[in-house]
Amino acid sequence: MPLKRKIAYIDLTTGDIEVKPIPIEVRKKFLGGRGLDAYLLYNHTKKGCDPIGPDNTLMVSGGILTATCASATARTHVMAKSPLTGLLGSANMGGFFAPEMAWAGFHHLVIKGKAKHPVYIYIHNGEIEIRDAEGIWGLPVTDAQWAIRDDLGDQEVKSMVCGPAGENLVAYANVMTGIKNSGGRSGMGCVMGSKNLKAVAARGTMDIKIAHPVEALEYNKRFIDQIISAKVNQTQGTLGTPFIWGATNSWGGIRCRNFQYNQCEYADDIEPERIDEICEETMGPYHMTGCFGCQVHCRAQYKITEGPYAGRYDEGPEYTSQGAFGGETDTPRANTVLVGNHLVDQYGMDNLETGSLIAWAMELYEKGILTKKDTDGLDLSFGNDEAVIEMIDRICYRKGFVGDTLAKGGIQASKVFGKDSFQYLIQVKGMSNLHSDERATPALALNIATGSRGSDHLRSRPAIDLYHLPQDVLRRIYSTPIPYDGPLSSEHTEYIGKPWQVFWQENCYMAVDCLGICKYHTTFLGATLPNFEDWPKVLYYNTGLDMTPEEIWMVARRCNMIERLFNLREGLTRNDLEKGDMLNHRYFDEPTRRGAPEVVGRVIEKDKFIKMIDEFYEHKGLDKDGNPKPETLKELDIENEPSHLV
Amino acid sequence: MAKALYIDYQKCTGCRLCELVCAVKHDGISNPTRSRIKVMKWEAEGLYIPMSCQQCQDAPCLNVCPVKAISRDEELGRVVVDYDVCIGCRSCVAVCPFGAMNFNVIDKKVIKCDLCDGDPQCVRFCDVNALEFVSPDEISIGKKRDAAGRLSKAGREAGVLLAEL
Repeated sequence: MPLKRKIAYIDLTTGDIEVKPIPIEVRKKFLGGRGLDAYLLYNHTKKGCDPIGPDNTLMVSGGILTATCASATARTHVMAKSPLTGLLGSANMGGFFAPEMAWAGFHHLVIKGKAKHPVYIYIHNGEIEIRDAEGIWGLPVTDAQWAIRDDLGDQEVKSMVCGPAGENLVAYANVMTGIKNSGGRSGMGCVMGSKNLKAVAARGTMDIKIAHPVEALEYNKRFIDQIISAKVNQTQGTLGTPFIWGATNSWGGIRCRNFQYNQCEYADDIEPERIDEICEETMGPYHMTGCFGCQVHCRAQYKITEGPYAGRYDEGPEYTSQGAFGGETDTPRANTVLVGNHLVDQYGMDNLETGSLIAWAMELYEKGILTKKDTDGLDLSFGNDEAVIEMIDRICYRKGFVGDTLAKGGIQASKVFGKDSFQYLIQVKGMSNLHSDERATPALALNIATGSRGSDHLRSRPAIDLYHLPQDVLRRIYSTPIPYDGPLSSEHTEYIGKPWQVFWQENCYMAVDCLGICKYHTTFLGATLPNFEDWPKVLYYNTGLDMTPEEIWMVARRCNMIERLFNLREGLTRNDLEKGDMLNHRYFDEPTRRGAPEVVGRVIEKDKFIKMIDEFYEHKGLDKDGNPKPETLKELDIENEPSHLV
Repeated sequence: MAKALYIDYQKCTGCRLCELVCAVKHDGISNPTRSRIKVMKWEAEGLYIPMSCQQCQDAPCLNVCPVKAISRDEELGRVVVDYDVCIGCRSCVAVCPFGAMNFNVIDKKVIKCDLCDGDPQCVRFCDVNALEFVSPDEISIGKKRDAAGRLSKAGREAGVLLAEL
């Protein structure tokens, strides 16, 4: 049974390993994946612990449905206190790792302490071993994974690794599995590096008995049909996430030259069709690959065709890499994006953070806050392709003043660079924003301002707000499973009703992250995809756990509140520019200059924005300062946290 | 003519859903080691090749079986194991040139593709049609058409080159 998957507590300092079952009452309260990780983080880390010290605790998990007969349940979640933000660190990735860990007997790992020398953890059919990683330390992401397979003599082993960036304690180093699957944001690879933990490897052949296999199989087929009948997923399955690049850029939603423009002038060269054209000969007819058990197959495959990296194979580039190494730095050339994407994949660092910080440094260079003396002679001008590639290398290996400083993360770097460098940094809670520009979309601005791990599009973004869906369609989506009769607007430049949408999406995304399902299989980019009404059946057929849509909604709210409690404990205050639910002043002060007619000249209106936050807090059950009301904690049954149930 | 499982590995995206549904359909259990089909992967090259039983006409597994537990089912075009007769010696596993005869270490018995009695679930779930269940003569006709198209295209390109000379 999926519910028999266990939790392991691994102390890297002492080498002690303790294995425990996950009690059913814990499953009912937190399900698994990100939600249970948040509970474990809140319970197993001390307030104010050093994110790169031995006291920080790293959670690795699969969702409750991982490795069952439910579509696209391949997600691995990692969580710890973030070295980048000092608040919640949390990242979610696809691939094949979490299912392998589940077949090896585990759904959750809690990794504490620090190993004396480089090690990796090997999980194999109920057993856990801490192995020497001296020969693997220093290797880039894919070489490390293949070296682990050779070390274990098993080519079926799946590993989750940190790259050289993690070893070098780059604050936004990520964890990676496979060629390109990244637990990208908030520096979880840095936490691994700080623990001398190069990898977690898994190989499992243990049964997971499906509670109602005939029904599970048939329902999975229905689910898949629903998912791949959505045009958005068919397009994803042909072009990958870059399919939204052209449209988003043309209406004016792409940050260019850090935050100076909201549109890239010449962006055709990095359109997915163009990249396909360049790489045509090196790929099969579909050019696409997918995660475990998923029929959307949204990852493109490519080979670099020119320059010093010619012949290197990789996957992507995703929409995020287009923005990070093309849009923000104003270098929209295919080869720059392909090489930039490849380097961050191999070094194991977050493409969003890397690209954003390079673009920020470029603006500081333009403004004279950074000079050629600081950059060791590198011309850090916008549009300089070589400078972008060179900076990725310098950050990973902490070379030169600017490279080493940017590796600390934006806020720390702004303290080193001084002057008014902080004013130009596009971040929330210390995490750089995606390359998207939210000045014309208040709902999306609210989402990045209040995201639990900082400025991010995958924690509460109501992306369908851009589709101008009819009111009744919006109402149908946003009134399940909890009735909502407040205002809703189909207009993406509006402020009314948006707090409810963001609140609803926050719970929707938390629910899929607990279940272990990919966001492309819910109300993210497609309005017709499954959500709360559909999940109870999948959960019941696969695990036997009987829950209503309302109960899953409550789990999501509870887990979001635990994340909030963690952030509050670590110093979140409402209006703090470094640790609060607040946007950089440029969103309020600098009007957009490009894009569609209704987009040009937009800023976020501060008074309306503050009202949105008030309303959002009310939906969440927080007071005006953003702290939970006692009755909210009681309603969510978490008034006694930390409760140490597991 | 009974249909055959046709695998076009060039279309495979490597998701391994076939392995999952195979195990769930046959055993009600999620575990790829129980799957009769298995995707072999070279991730670093983006190469994914599903491997399954070819239901050979002159099947080595059938020939090698010392107790004659393996026979051909002409109606469904498959090679089947009679578990009442099988002694679990694994000779068939050793001799199969495709590695398509598996030994399930949990139940301690050999397992192979039985084409789900005529409705292969791997085919049903493979949206990219890397797996198809078709009449064997259709397979070669389709491939002939593709190859002819390539030849014709090459011929035209060569013609253009000649014309330019």
